[in-house]
Amino acid sequence: MVEPLTIPDTSPGSATTKVASYDIYLTRFLNPDGTLAAEPPAFATDREQARALYELMVRTRLFDKKAVALQRTGQLGTYAAVLGQEAIGVAIGHALKAEDVFIPAYREYAAQFARGVPMVRILQYWGGDERGMDYPAGTPSHHDFPLSVPIATHIPHAIGVAYAMKLRGEKRVVLASCGDGATSKGDWYEAVSAAKVWNLPIVFLVNNNGWAISMPSHRQTGAQTFAQKGLAGGISGEQVDGNDVIATRFVLERAIERARNGEGPSLVEALTYRLHDHTTADDARRYRPEQEVTDAWDRCPVKRYKAYLEARGFWTAADEDALIADGTAIAESTAQEFLKTAPQAPEAIFEHLYERLPKSLEWQRDEVAARGPVGGH
Amino acid sequence: MPNLTMIEAVNLAMASEMRRDAEVVVLGEDIGRNGGVFRATLGLLDEFGPDRVIDTPLAETLVAAMAIGLSTQGIKAVAEIQFSGFLYPCVDQVVNHATRYRNRTRGRLTCPMVIRAPNSGGIHAPEHHSESLETTFAHMPGLRVVSPSSPTRAYGLLLAAIRDPDPVIFLEPTRLYRLFKQPVEDTGEALPLDTCFIDREGTDITLVSWGAMMHDTRLVADRLAEEGISAEVVDIATLKPLDMDTILESVAKTGRCVIVSESPRAGGWASEVAANLAEHGLLTLFAPVMRVAGYDTVMPLAKQERVYIPDVDRILREVRKVFDIAPK
Repeated sequence: MVEPLTIPDTSPGSATTKVASYDIYLTRFLNPDGTLAAEPPAFATDREQARALYELMVRTRLFDKKAVALQRTGQLGTYAAVLGQEAIGVAIGHALKAEDVFIPAYREYAAQFARGVPMVRILQYWGGDERGMDYPAGTPSHHDFPLSVPIATHIPHAIGVAYAMKLRGEKRVVLASCGDGATSKGDWYEAVSAAKVWNLPIVFLVNNNGWAISMPSHRQTGAQTFAQKGLAGGISGEQVDGNDVIATRFVLERAIERARNGEGPSLVEALTYRLHDHTTADDARRYRPEQEVTDAWDRCPVKRYKAYLEARGFWTAADEDALIADGTAIAESTAQEFLKTAPQAPEAIFEHLYERLPKSLEWQRDEVAARGPVGGH
Repeated sequence: MPNLTMIEAVNLAMASEMRRDAEVVVLGEDIGRNGGVFRATLGLLDEFGPDRVIDTPLAETLVAAMAIGLSTQGIKAVAEIQFSGFLYPCVDQVVNHATRYRNRTRGRLTCPMVIRAPNSGGIHAPEHHSESLETTFAHMPGLRVVSPSSPTRAYGLLLAAIRDPDPVIFLEPTRLYRLFKQPVEDTGEALPLDTCFIDREGTDITLVSWGAMMHDTRLVADRLAEEGISAEVVDIATLKPLDMDTILESVAKTGRCVIVSESPRAGGWASEVAANLAEHGLLTLFAPVMRVAGYDTVMPLAKQERVYIPDVDRILREVRKVFDIAPK
C-alpha cells in the first residue's frame, strides 16, 4: 500500500538509494519428459486424484478435436481450440471451490466442464446459440461468468465481484483469466491496479501461450515476464509451467487460499503453448514457423502427465484405451446432441434483453413472431 | 416540505435508498470525503461508511466495470462519472457487458446498476466537461437512458433507476443542478421510467425536450402563452426506451411539433422522435416537425458555449416557422 507521500532519505554519502526490489519465481514439478523436477504435492500422489486430472485433460482434448472437426465440416461456427493448454483449465477446475466465481476468457473449457458446464453448451455457443451460456442451476458454473470474447474487458468485473464478496463477509474467491495479449490493455491494468487497493480475493491468471493471434508474446511487452506486470499494482506475481498440471494446480491453489485467507490478490502467469491456430478462422502458418510448433509438442501437457502417472503405476495401457474410447464416445454423443438442438423461436431475440420487455418494443417482438422462421441458420 | 435544488434531490434519493436497502452502494472518483465534485454524494460517507461509499482509483473504465461486477452479485451499484465527457472510457463496458450479461447468460447474471453523470453545458466548465452524451447511449440496446429536468423528477427518477433491474445511464443536467428549487419530500416514491411526462398541457403546439433544454423550453411556453398560444410541453425523461405514444397523442391534439435537444443535430434523439412522428403522426400534422439542436460541431469551450446551446430565441424561431406554415 502506498503511504501518504514521503520522499525517503537516501543512504548516507550516496546520491541514489534502492527503494524497492522484486523477484519472480517459476514453479515446476514435472519436466517435459514426465520425470520429476521436484517432489510433487499430496494430491498428485493420491491415485484417484491424480487420475482425475488426467482424465479431464484427455476428455477435453477429445472434445476439442471433435469441435474442430465439426467446424471443418461446416457444422459449427468459428471455434477457439484449446489444444496444448488443457492442463490450465484442468488445474483451475480442481483448484477452485464450488462457491468461488470463475471469470473465464474463452479457452478454459476444462475448468468449465469441471464446474458443471455440459460440453454441449460450448458447442451451442460457438454454434451461434445464446443458450450455450446458460449454465445449469445446481452446479458451480451457474454463478460463473460466460466466455468473454472481447479481450481483457471482463477482467475488471472481478473487482466488483470480489468487492461484493468482501462487503458481505464471504470467504469466496474470484479467478479471472485472460491471455498474454490481454495484459496490454488498459482494462487489465485498471483491474490489477485496483485489486490491491482493497486487498480483494482475486487470482489473475494469464495464459501465456506464446501468441496473441499473429503476434508473439515479446511483441506485447518489453518486460521479462508477464508475472511482473502485477508488481506495479502491488500484487505478487509468479510464473508456473502451465503444461505441468501438477504445478499449475499447486500454484493456483496456493494463490486461491491466500486470497481466501484475506491475504489479497495474486497474479499467476502460466507458460504454455497454443498448438492450434488462434481460432478455426485463423491460419497460423502465415506467421508462425512450423518447427516451433513441432518443438512445442515435446512439451505437451498430456504426454508429460501420462508419463508421470505410468511411472507411478497409476495408469496402464488398458486405462488409456478405456479413456480414449469413452472420451471419444462422449464427444461424439455431445456432437449429436448439439446437432439436434431445436432452434430458438425467432422472437427469442427479445428475451433477456430487459427483465421485462418495454412496452415500446412489444411491436417489434410481435412483428418477428408473426413473421415466423426466416431463412439461413 | 424542504425546498431542494436538483443536486440536493439527487443526494437525497441516494441517501434515501441507501437507508432502505443495505445492498445499495455508491462508487466513483472523489465521492467519499470530498462528496463528489458537484457534492452529489455529500454526507453519504459519514452516514454509510467507506465500504458502501466507495472512493475508487482514478479509472473510469474500472468504475463502470466494477459496477457491473457488483451488480452481477445483486449489489445495486450507483456509479458516478465526474463529467459526461469522461463517460467515453465506460462505453466499451456498457455496450459489451452491462447491456448484455442478462442476454448472454439467459438471465443468470444481470446488471441492476446506474451510472450517473453530469451532462450538457452552460456552466463555463473546462474542455470535455460540457458534452451531451444521451444519444450515444440511447442507441445501445438493453439500456435505459434517463435525464431529469427538475428536482422532483431527479429524486423520483433516480429512485426508479436504482430499483430498476437493468442498467440505467442517468444524465443530470449540470446547469439545472442549482438553477431552481422545488419542494421535495423524501417519500421514497419513485416516478415511472419508460414514460414521458406532460410537463404542461396545451392545445396549439407540442414542444418536446428533456434534461437541461427543458428549462428553455418551459420559458418558450411562457412566452407563447403571453401571445395567446397554448403550448403543450412534453418531458421525455426516459430517452431509451422511448415512449412515443405520449408524444403522438400530444401531436394528434396540437398538430404542430418542435423538438429541442442540446446534443448534436445529425442522428440525434430529436431525429429519432421526428422520424417516428413522420411514420406514425404525419397525417395529424399541420406543419413539418422542426428540430432545434446543438450544432454538429465539437462542443465549444466556455466562451462560445452559448453559441452552441439552443436558447429561447432559437426555439422561438423554429416555432414561428411552424406557425407561419400553419397559422393558429
